[in-house]
Amino acid sequence: MQKQLSKEEIYAALNERHSPEIQAVLSAGNVAIAGLGGLGSNVAYSLTRIGVGHLHLIDFDVVDVTNLNRQQYFMEHVGMYKTEALKSLLMKINPYIEIKTDCVRVTEENIKELFCDNDIVCEAFDNPDAKALLVNGIMEYFPEKKLVSASGMAGFGSSNSIVTRRITKNFYLCGDRVTAPSYGNGLMAPRVAVCAAHEANMITRLILGEEEV
Amino acid sequence: MITVNGKEIALESQLTVMEYLEQNKYQLSRVAVEMNGDILPKYRYSEVMLKDGDRLEVVSFVGGG
Repeated sequence: MQKQLSKEEIYAALNERHSPEIQAVLSAGNVAIAGLGGLGSNVAYSLTRIGVGHLHLIDFDVVDVTNLNRQQYFMEHVGMYKTEALKSLLMKINPYIEIKTDCVRVTEENIKELFCDNDIVCEAFDNPDAKALLVNGIMEYFPEKKLVSASGMAGFGSSNSIVTRRITKNFYLCGDRVTAPSYGNGLMAPRVAVCAAHEANMITRLILGEEEV
Repeated sequence: MITVNGKEIALESQLTVMEYLEQNKYQLSRVAVEMNGDILPKYRYSEVMLKDGDRLEVVSFVGGG
């Protein structure tokens, strides 16, 4: 039987690890994650583990067997919508955070309403056109929001070529910026996770008021 | 002279941002353009003329996530 911890037990542990002052700020954090693949599922795990209090998960797709090489899903999730599969996993870590899901494709038409309630947006798509659409849309409609995006994390090249850069005041870009997936150099768990961790740590820094990379 | 992605470039003629991107074979559906500190909205690419001293960063997204 699965052990269910009380809210008090979980937050006592988070306060012990992070300090009550830091935890209070993390608990008030509000982040949208657009795309729940190798980047987004890993970002969501990290933010849930440290108790970021409000997550908005957005993806239109279902889990595919080819996702299991890098995304935080299990065999039992193949065929399920990623929003539902990921939410159920995150609730095993901390059922007391607020998780909103939207099983939709992000378009120029729905950006304004989808992201209006979130302070920070994590771009975690796979498709380069979708990445550009989201980044341009958020910066046009919500220039005051913080946006953390990623480009270039395929293959097994050096971890150290993956960096976080601040492109404008509110737009951060993680990745090596050049490595798209290709034959024999596809998307693989370790390097995608390195890039996801760059995104997650930058988001954590932003929640906690650190704006430098 | 303008600066694009850290490189100084001499412009031979008056160009809009759109013309510059097309001449340099950028895939327009995959870029975001930072110009003098802000992201330039896409609808302005064809109306903004490049001028001496402009600093641009063209982010070309690649697939993967």
